[in-house]
Amino acid sequence: MKDVVDILVAYDVNTETKEGQRRLRRVARVCTGFGQRVQKSLFECRVTQAQLEELEARLVKIIDGKKDSLRIYILPGDRNRLVRVHGIDRYIDFEDPLIV
Amino acid sequence: MTHVILNTLYVQTQGAYIHLYQDTVRVEVEEEVRLQVPLHHLGGVVVFGNVLVSPYLIQRFAEDGRFIVWFSASGRFVGRLQGPTSGNVLLRRAQHEVLSDPGRTLHLARCIVSGKLKNSRQVLLRGLRDLQGSVPAIEEAADNLQVLVNEVQRASSLDGVRGVEGRGAHIYFTALGHLIRGDFVWTARSRRPPRDPINALLSFAYALLVSDCVAACEGAGLDPQVGYLHALRPGRPSLALDLAEEFRSVLADRLVLSLVNRRQVQPGDFDVRPGGAVVLKDDARRVFLDAYQRRKQEEVTHPLLEQRIPIGLVPYVQARLLARFLRGDTPKYVPYSIR
Repeated sequence: MKDVVDILVAYDVNTETKEGQRRLRRVARVCTGFGQRVQKSLFECRVTQAQLEELEARLVKIIDGKKDSLRIYILPGDRNRLVRVHGIDRYIDFEDPLIV
Repeated sequence: MTHVILNTLYVQTQGAYIHLYQDTVRVEVEEEVRLQVPLHHLGGVVVFGNVLVSPYLIQRFAEDGRFIVWFSASGRFVGRLQGPTSGNVLLRRAQHEVLSDPGRTLHLARCIVSGKLKNSRQVLLRGLRDLQGSVPAIEEAADNLQVLVNEVQRASSLDGVRGVEGRGAHIYFTALGHLIRGDFVWTARSRRPPRDPINALLSFAYALLVSDCVAACEGAGLDPQVGYLHALRPGRPSLALDLAEEFRSVLADRLVLSLVNRRQVQPGDFDVRPGGAVVLKDDARRVFLDAYQRRKQEEVTHPLLEQRIPIGLVPYVQARLLARFLRGDTPKYVPYSIR
C-alpha cells in the first residue's frame, strides 16, 4: 500500500526542427512509463512522490527550456472526483480489474 | 492522497503477446495494442494458456520481484516465476526451527484451523441471513462448527488438528449446498478434477487465492514452501496453503456463492472435458476474474490492527503477523477472522 497522487502533465514541444520532433517523442515515451495519454499532449498519471520527482527530472532533462513548455499539475485529491470529462475518453483506471 | 494496492493483470486471450515497452507492460492481440500499463501499477501478471510472455518482461519482473503465474487455458496452476531468493535468511531459519518444535507447530496448526472454522461458520451464517429464513441444516452445521472450534484447541497432535479440519470441511461443504440457489446442483466437494460447475468455480478461486498467498509470503520474506499444517512436499507451497485456509471461505466461497446466486454465472458457462473435468468458458472466467479483483478491493476492518484495509491486503498483513510469531516476537499467531 502506497501513498499516491494524481497528476496532469501537459507540454508544448516546438517541432519545427528534426531535433524538436525527437524531443516530442521522448517526452511522450517517458510520460507513457508513468501514466497514460488522455489528449494529444496531456498525460494523467497516478504516482508516488518519488515517482513524481523522477518523472519531472527526466522530462526537464529532455525539453529545451528556450523553445518548449512543460506544466505539471498536482491534483489535491481523487481524480474521479476532480476531473470532469466530455467527449472522447480513453482513460483506463489502472486500479480496476485488468483483464485481457 | 489515495492508497493503492498493486494491481494484477490477467491475460486470458489466447494468442496474446505481452511484452515490456519502456517502463510499461503492453498486451497485444493480433498485433493490436489492447492495453498498456505502467509497471508501477502492477504487482504481477497472471496468464492463461497460450499467451506469449517476452523474455525481457520475464527478466524484468524477476529482478523487480513482481510475480508471473501461469495457468493452463482451463485454469489449472502450471507454474510461477521465481526471482532471486529474497527476504531474510534469519526469518527463513526461524521457519525451520519452528518446524522442528512440535509445540509451536501445533499452536500454528490449531490457530490456522480455528480461523478457518470460524470464518466458514460466519459464511454460513451470513448466507442464512441473506436467505431471510430458517434453515435448520445450516443452523445445525454452524453449531457443529462452533463445537469444532473449541475441540481444535484441545487437539494434542498435528494429526488430531487435521482430523478436526477434515470433519469441519465435511460439515461446512454439506451445508454450503443449501445456500446455492438457481439451477446448480451441489453434491460434494470434488477436485482434481472438479466434476461439476460449483466445484470448478471453487477450484479456480482457490488457485487464485493460493497464488496471492504465495505472493504474500514472498512479500514478508517467508519461504512459501515451509508450512506447518500442510506437510512438506516438493514443489508444494505449504506455507501459502496454510495461510490460505483462513481466507478460503471469506474470499473464495462467498464470491462463488454471490456469482451463482446473482446468476452472473450460469450452468451454460461451463464445458465438460473428456474424463469428466468441468471447466469455465472464457467469458465466464472474465466475469469471475473481474469479480475477484473487485472483491479484493472491498474494505474490511482488521480486528488486530483496528484499521480499514482492502481485503486483498489481509493475506499480506497475516503473512507479516506470521513472520512475527516465527521470529518469536509474539507468543501467539492470531488468524484473521471476520466479525
